[in-house]
Amino acid sequence: MMQFEHIVNTVTAITQEVCQTMLGMEVEVGTAYVDRNPPGPSHGIISLIGLAGAWMGTGSLCCSEEAACRLSSRFLMADFAEVNEDVLDAMAELTNMIIGNFKTAAEEHLGPLGLSIPTVIYGMSFFARSAGKEEWLIVPFGFEGHTLDVRLCLTPNRGLSHLVAPAQAQAAR
Amino acid sequence: MPLDVLIVDDSAAIRKVVQRMLNQAQVPLGKVLEAGDGVEALAALRQHPVHLVLTDINMPNMDGLQLLGQIRGCADWAKIPVIMITTEGGEAKVMEAVQRGANGYVRKPFTADQIKEKLDGLF
Repeated sequence: MMQFEHIVNTVTAITQEVCQTMLGMEVEVGTAYVDRNPPGPSHGIISLIGLAGAWMGTGSLCCSEEAACRLSSRFLMADFAEVNEDVLDAMAELTNMIIGNFKTAAEEHLGPLGLSIPTVIYGMSFFARSAGKEEWLIVPFGFEGHTLDVRLCLTPNRGLSHLVAPAQAQAAR
Repeated sequence: MPLDVLIVDDSAAIRKVVQRMLNQAQVPLGKVLEAGDGVEALAALRQHPVHLVLTDINMPNMDGLQLLGQIRGCADWAKIPVIMITTEGGEAKVMEAVQRGANGYVRKPFTADQIKEKLDGLF
């Protein structure tokens, strides 16, 4: 089990590290909050990556088209004024790095987790929602006048209750 | 001597970033080949053997650990240095890669200096 504050701190540290190392920029950390099945933006970019194991869920990055272009420009050291395949690919990779590193950190508490290949959605008018009623943790980050939301939804996988996380196994000994 | 390098990652973005970082690290590059997964990587190696392979782990069709096994299992390629560059930073994955014969392991996010540090011990 991971506590709210621990998850927020982990997501914050990883996102800051990815932005510093790969994008050469600092991000401002906003106030994290919990929402039930947030709709996501009605336009812009959503990238999604699945987590599965004893716990399962989804990690997501959400931002505007302009923010995605800015992040991708920094990542690939090229100027992007509009969303194209390079921007979508860069957003997928940033999602993979942030959620992938969160996965590695979370495995200490939640047991082994698998990571899906990221999916990136871009559009001018859409509505996104997940089928469940689970809570999402949202950590907003600010940079250069833009916002990047890192979103996480994790829930115990009842079908795999025989899998025991390392921390739980240690407590049981 | 310029190094012919094979960069394997399902993300074209990360392949560009790795090549840029090799340049930043002042690695003398010869021919740079790219592949989107292990299957493409093996096809590229058959066409053009290289001095170095940099590969991700999580990829469709054939992942980086399977690719590593194929390289180590082929007499012509067995001695090619293979560096894993991946978000899979867990101790178990690192151990598995080392046991299968990886020469180095770089966790994403990474810097040019980190790649150079791994290569300095190999060339």
